[in-house]
Amino acid sequence: MSVGLSISFGLLDVPHVAHPAFLVLGAYATYALVGYGMDPLVAGVLLMPMFFVFGLGVYQFYYMTFERRGTDLGVRGIAFFFGIAFIVQVGLILAFGVDQRMVEADYIGTAVEIGDVRIPKRMIVAFGVALALTTSLALYLSKTFTGRAIKAVAQDEGALRLMGADPVRIKRWAFGIATATCALAGALLIIVGPVDPNLDRLYIGRTFCVVVLAGMGSMSGTLVAGLILGVAESLVLSSVGTAWAPAVAFGILLVVLGVRPAGLFGR
Amino acid sequence: MKTILKLVAAFAAAAILGASAQAQQPIKIGIGIAQTGPLGGGGKAALLALQIWRDDVNAKGGMLGRKVELISYDDQTNPSIVPGIYTKLLDIDKVDLLIAPYGTNVTAPIMPLVKQRNKLLMGNFSFDVNAQIKHDMWFNNAPWGAGALAWGGPFLDAAQQLGGKTIAFMAADAEFAQNLCTGGRAIAKAKGLQAVYDQNYPPNSVDFSSIIRAVRAAKADIVFICSYPAESAAIVRAVAEIGVGPTVKIIGGGMVGLQFAPIMEALGPLLNGFVNYNSYVPEKTMTNPAVKGFLDRYSVRAKAEKVDPLGFYLPPFNYAIGQMLEQAIGATKSLDDKVLAEYLRKNVMKTMVGEIKFDTVGEWTTPRVVMAQFRGIKGKDLEQFRLPGKQIIIAPAAFKSGDLLPYDKARN
Repeated sequence: MSVGLSISFGLLDVPHVAHPAFLVLGAYATYALVGYGMDPLVAGVLLMPMFFVFGLGVYQFYYMTFERRGTDLGVRGIAFFFGIAFIVQVGLILAFGVDQRMVEADYIGTAVEIGDVRIPKRMIVAFGVALALTTSLALYLSKTFTGRAIKAVAQDEGALRLMGADPVRIKRWAFGIATATCALAGALLIIVGPVDPNLDRLYIGRTFCVVVLAGMGSMSGTLVAGLILGVAESLVLSSVGTAWAPAVAFGILLVVLGVRPAGLFGR
Repeated sequence: MKTILKLVAAFAAAAILGASAQAQQPIKIGIGIAQTGPLGGGGKAALLALQIWRDDVNAKGGMLGRKVELISYDDQTNPSIVPGIYTKLLDIDKVDLLIAPYGTNVTAPIMPLVKQRNKLLMGNFSFDVNAQIKHDMWFNNAPWGAGALAWGGPFLDAAQQLGGKTIAFMAADAEFAQNLCTGGRAIAKAKGLQAVYDQNYPPNSVDFSSIIRAVRAAKADIVFICSYPAESAAIVRAVAEIGVGPTVKIIGGGMVGLQFAPIMEALGPLLNGFVNYNSYVPEKTMTNPAVKGFLDRYSVRAKAEKVDPLGFYLPPFNYAIGQMLEQAIGATKSLDDKVLAEYLRKNVMKTMVGEIKFDTVGEWTTPRVVMAQFRGIKGKDLEQFRLPGKQIIIAPAAFKSGDLLPYDKARN
């Protein structure tokens, strides 16, 4: 869930608080396609190009109305994305209603048995796809010209301009990729559990926490940070108490930032 | 002298006009009710039922010669915004009467407010919210009465009939689930059941694999679950995947959401074997013509408004809230909170869902929680849930439509 945000917020410095809302949008788009008999994973992959184009449009609008005018700093950019998130929520409620939605697939509702231990197949699928997506993005950002340009724009926009590259074009492209990941991540979200139009509120804090904990823009770090938070929350839940579980993410974040301000894998 | 007479005439005319204008004003009834958030599905169905009641009353000419106006706001299933909504209803909208939000977690925050303002509050399916605050103008239209005995009792009685001796608890860390589970623990202890697992989890959890794995390892005979809609669906799915083990004889109890059509439709056969509370199910032992007639009208409007098409759980009871207000106002010819509360406290309320008498803390004197076991559900066809035989009533005895089967047997 956080890899897309790792690009848009971690690398591009865009306060993309609508990222979890885009994830939920991806989940509902998947739900709609599954209604036509499509597998949710296939639906997520097919939705990626559409979300990519959608991301290009959103960034272009953000650039024209805020970034170009130099008014993206402070609360204005955040307010813009909160507005988008709100529109997405309301749109989903109008289109699908407020009830929880789920999807069906062969790997949902069944488990893999290893001795006495049963692991739900949907969790294995979600983990495998998330791993593949993160690895692909990490390779793309480090091995391709455009990927390296995205990393460069995060470091020094002016220097990139001097090299003859258009930073706005690069950022638009990167934002498109970040939004495209929401389609697949949204499919995973609805594979893992029921979704409702307001689910994004639950993930805003955690997704940003994972990105900052990982180190801004680190793909592999995002995966590791997500695992750390997940395991830590489960341990606290079963040992210390339920009330403390939501505080774990920010507790760990505070400690890590105190010791290592750039995050676990930040430079 | 002429001037004085003119002034008196003017005042009299103004008073008559004022009284006439007030008579023309509608009776305002205010409610904050979830239209979004985890309880949004139930809240929409409940509000539709109240709107149907309002339309019915207005078609008959209203109450006290005035039309009824329903003023509602979406509480987003968010307890923190509910006091603000009810303050607005009282101070800005100046409503005459209040109906509580649907659910416990969102009702609890307004109890101090209504007590302080001395307002009558018609409760709407909340659980034990008046146990501590003891507001004397609270009347909760919910079939479980005060305390958890009527809720957890029949479930655990049935479990013991199947030979259950050990119990596992799972509960959301929220007001309703904690109240219910605390009561369940006390009843289990009184019955001599041994608790072998007890786990709370954060509300809105999406994956229960680890908790179900722990329940399986604990080898409990009984699994008592207190959960909210999204969690209930995730738990049912996790139980299907991980399994709770052959020792479990009964599972369920307090799972909110398994009464909502979209969740029932999505889970389909995975529900088989679960025993859960309800307020109304279409078994032959329970159907009554008034409820059936209402549900026939409700389902037409629900379909048009994309609301829970079955409407078994909340709508008849929300319509009944309107009927109680109608009866009290009609009998007392008053909108005064104290007068209406006095009437509600002392009289039997005749509603579509049956006769209701309130006890000293404003809960049903004679609880009537329906415990039903899902059975024989095939595929995802929603219409099958309208038929008898899909939710077998095991308690109360007056509505019993079949015997409880062990989970392992009923799920297949």
